[in-house]
Amino acid sequence: MHVETVIAGFGGQGILFLGRVLATAGMIGGYHVSWYPSYGPEMRGGTANCTVILSDQEIGSTISDHPDIVVVTNQPALLRFGPLVKEEGLLVINSSLVRGTGHCPTVEVLNVPGNEIAGAMVGDPRTLNMVILGALVAHRPLVWEEDMRLALEEILSGKKRELIEINFQALDAGKKFIRERRDAGVSERPNE
Amino acid sequence: MKRILMKGNEAIAEAAVRAGCDLYFGYPITPQTEISEYLSSRLPEEGKVFLQAESEIAAIYMVYGAAAVGKRVLTSSSGPGISLKQEGISYLVSAELPAVIVNMSRGGPGLGNIQPSQSDYFQAVKGGGHGDYKTIVLAPDGMLGQMMEPVVFTEPQFDPLPPKDWAVSGKEGRKRRFIICFALDPQELEKVNQALQEKFRAMERNEIRYEIFGDEHPDLLLVGYGTVARILKSVVREGARKGLRLALVRPITLYPFPSAVMKEKAVQAGRVIDVEMNHGQMLEDVRLAVEGRVPVHFYGRSGGMIPTVEDTLQKVMDILSREGVKHENGI
Repeated sequence: MHVETVIAGFGGQGILFLGRVLATAGMIGGYHVSWYPSYGPEMRGGTANCTVILSDQEIGSTISDHPDIVVVTNQPALLRFGPLVKEEGLLVINSSLVRGTGHCPTVEVLNVPGNEIAGAMVGDPRTLNMVILGALVAHRPLVWEEDMRLALEEILSGKKRELIEINFQALDAGKKFIRERRDAGVSERPNE
Repeated sequence: MKRILMKGNEAIAEAAVRAGCDLYFGYPITPQTEISEYLSSRLPEEGKVFLQAESEIAAIYMVYGAAAVGKRVLTSSSGPGISLKQEGISYLVSAELPAVIVNMSRGGPGLGNIQPSQSDYFQAVKGGGHGDYKTIVLAPDGMLGQMMEPVVFTEPQFDPLPPKDWAVSGKEGRKRRFIICFALDPQELEKVNQALQEKFRAMERNEIRYEIFGDEHPDLLLVGYGTVARILKSVVREGARKGLRLALVRPITLYPFPSAVMKEKAVQAGRVIDVEMNHGQMLEDVRLAVEGRVPVHFYGRSGGMIPTVEDTLQKVMDILSREGVKHENGI
């Protein structure tokens, strides 16, 4: 396995954290992993992105020219990163904030209304990132569910321990969204 | 053994603690501030000293002072801050005081930007401060500081250190010692320089480190360090899928430079491409190493731009086709 994922959105949406949970879960699962953030004069409301690579072999470049998976949580991220997805790749869209699917005719699109699910089902819109991750991994099992839980426990240690539970709930809410969608017979929508 | 996901900056800081760092002095600058942040809590835990200095210049002279009394000491910064430290580094060399200085290099010149770059090669390898000196240079850059990968810490095994019979640690019960960084008599200063040169020759004998990767009978030798070396490993693998025979020499030490192995592999391959995140600095050392025996090509990006695998592979294929090298897929 060698999967390159780019996650992009607003600063403050938990983009770097989402990537870190994915990378940590991959590490716990025994993969070679790398996590490379955009870093710069960026802040809440600005742009944020990171690249996570999970691989069976030692990772060379930690930058992805053409990611297998792109996750976008706002409109500018779709415009910038949508066109980079590999042919036959997967584009995960936070459909609460993003309209359309860009112009990527050959990729699979997974729409997840992340803000709505985080607000209505988890009760905290800030858990958008874990809702999206839960949905992504339910749809494409990149890492084990249990390893994501272990990753959250490892990352949210010390004073942040109290946040673990709500993040678990958000992962579950994302997974539930995918299951219900599958049970309702929604087929993978080709890009429009 | 437990793997921990860490930023390169944090890994450097933790490694320093485990290697017995007694004191850290620094002044914040992106992209290396995580080193200070990490040590600000970690060193006091070990009963060691963390101090945020009022400037980079103050920090390097605190390093000088701590080294002079025989303590193991670290400072870190990035391009603009490292420029400020150069006077102190020259003084440290002159006084023969050991210290570790980390430069998570960023785009220059001037204030430049905070994106990864390798534009400080000349500064680090060719001296930087005044005087006729060398320092051992290993090769990180701003990107390696910011990215996270799994890290495994092993218990360091060190040979016992030689006694610090030069440290100015309090003269009670022994003869007075001096640590000075000048010799006004020309005959005397030449002797100081000759002794330093002997030390640099010993570094060249003992400290060269490098990695070789890829095809054992390459048609093209790739050379790069730090982030670029990671990209070149992907280029070697991608190239192999296309039937290209490529190998990589990755210098781990930039001074002393792995000239002998560079020349041997270059001559074997018949041609070289050096790739850097600048406009050709290590290139001069590669050319010196190869001694004109084979052509040395160059590809560089700068200002925080990072060469992509795709673009670099294209350069590689251009060189091979221009020089008429046939390979299995016959492109």
